[in-house]
Amino acid sequence: MPEGLQILIENFFDWDSALRAWPLLAQGLGLTIGLAAVALPLGLLLGLLIGLGCALGGRLARAALIVWIDLFRAFPVLVLLILIFYGLPFLGLRLPAFAAAVLALVLNNSGYFGEIFRAGLASVPQGQREAAAALGLTPLRAAWLVVLPQALRGVAAPLASNSLELVKATSVAALAALPELLRSARVAQEQTYNPTPLMMAALLYFVLLWPFAHLVARLERRMLAREAR
Amino acid sequence: MRGAKHGRGMSGFAEHYLNLEVLAQYGPGILGGLWVTLGVAAATVIIGIGFGLLLAVLLAARIALLRWPIVAWIEAFRTLPQLAVIIFVYFGLPYAGVTVSPFWATAGALGAVLSAFAAEIFRSAIQALPSGQWDAAAALGLRFRATFFLVILPQAVRLAVPLLTNRAIAIIKGTALGTAVSLPEILGRAQSAMAIAANPSPLTLAAALYLVLFLPLVVASRWLEASRVVPR
Repeated sequence: MPEGLQILIENFFDWDSALRAWPLLAQGLGLTIGLAAVALPLGLLLGLLIGLGCALGGRLARAALIVWIDLFRAFPVLVLLILIFYGLPFLGLRLPAFAAAVLALVLNNSGYFGEIFRAGLASVPQGQREAAAALGLTPLRAAWLVVLPQALRGVAAPLASNSLELVKATSVAALAALPELLRSARVAQEQTYNPTPLMMAALLYFVLLWPFAHLVARLERRMLAREAR
Repeated sequence: MRGAKHGRGMSGFAEHYLNLEVLAQYGPGILGGLWVTLGVAAATVIIGIGFGLLLAVLLAARIALLRWPIVAWIEAFRTLPQLAVIIFVYFGLPYAGVTVSPFWATAGALGAVLSAFAAEIFRSAIQALPSGQWDAAAALGLRFRATFFLVILPQAVRLAVPLLTNRAIAIIKGTALGTAVSLPEILGRAQSAMAIAANPSPLTLAAALYLVLFLPLVVASRWLEASRVVPR
């Protein structure tokens, strides 16, 4: 084996370092999954409420919600997290790192999910709502039973794509001192003096997320094929 | 000490979050970070879209030897978190003998991520075009290369623009992640100013600057989306 390659393998795939780093990384992986498991449903729910508010609310409510959506789409999630985690304590409000990360992810994604649901609901023809009303359904029941199912089919691709982005974004919690996967890898790297833990974190992210990335790619391809016709 | 400074009500709020003294002292430095943010964003878009288009064209050319490396690149950088890529480039690559500045670590990592998404979007758009386009070009006597570059690619690029715009905006918002590798952009400078001044006003300024930068992009992408006619 060429010497350069040998050194590369020893650095990036060192077995002893991998064994030493594993407990930290496993704990970090658990925290990453925990963050995603809390933030994703909350983000989806808040986004759905915002989308429904846009569809059912009056002009003023819709305008206010669109301002909300665009504000939170414009803020990088890390800026939100830093504001919440390092800025709010000056007001006397000190959130634990986990809660701060969840709040930043949920607020940021309420903008993205809100816009997706809003656009999806708006794409369902008005006649569907009128037909539901003619059948005696209340506006809320019409939205839930008639409009929403049709809207969801149209926005499956962006919903899946954004859910994946939310899970990936949990890694920014590393910068609020939360020992999720990425931060655990950095801590482990400082103990092992080589990049094997970083390599392992990358592999863990890949194994965890690739099936979803693959699904997103398929949904997006289908959407483009529909538009090209 | 700091506890004693906690004011009550609006004046206390302003003293903390809109402290003019603090802003006068640290504002110019943070504004300087704007140029770093813009520089990284521009480099990311140029690297990402340019390289992504190149990858898509190479894939379409069906060069067997290049197919798997390109597919692996696309899958890896679509899947990994941006921050993980930045950290890996900055703290991992030196072990492979490659040392990069914070600027190029951030722009290179974000560019790699954008290139993967762009390549996938271009590839999907090329495949999504009806095969009649190829047949029609063949019927006109165009060869493969002429068909691809004159007929297919222009239509594919047009089809790809909305998805690509949204993705590019989402990724250049990641310039703030450069803070993790001590890139002196807006957020990093605001954070150190906040630590020195023991006051979060620099953070307020940073947040305002990000809004000024990204809100127009978000609103523009809304218009782009609305003006797109989707035939069903």
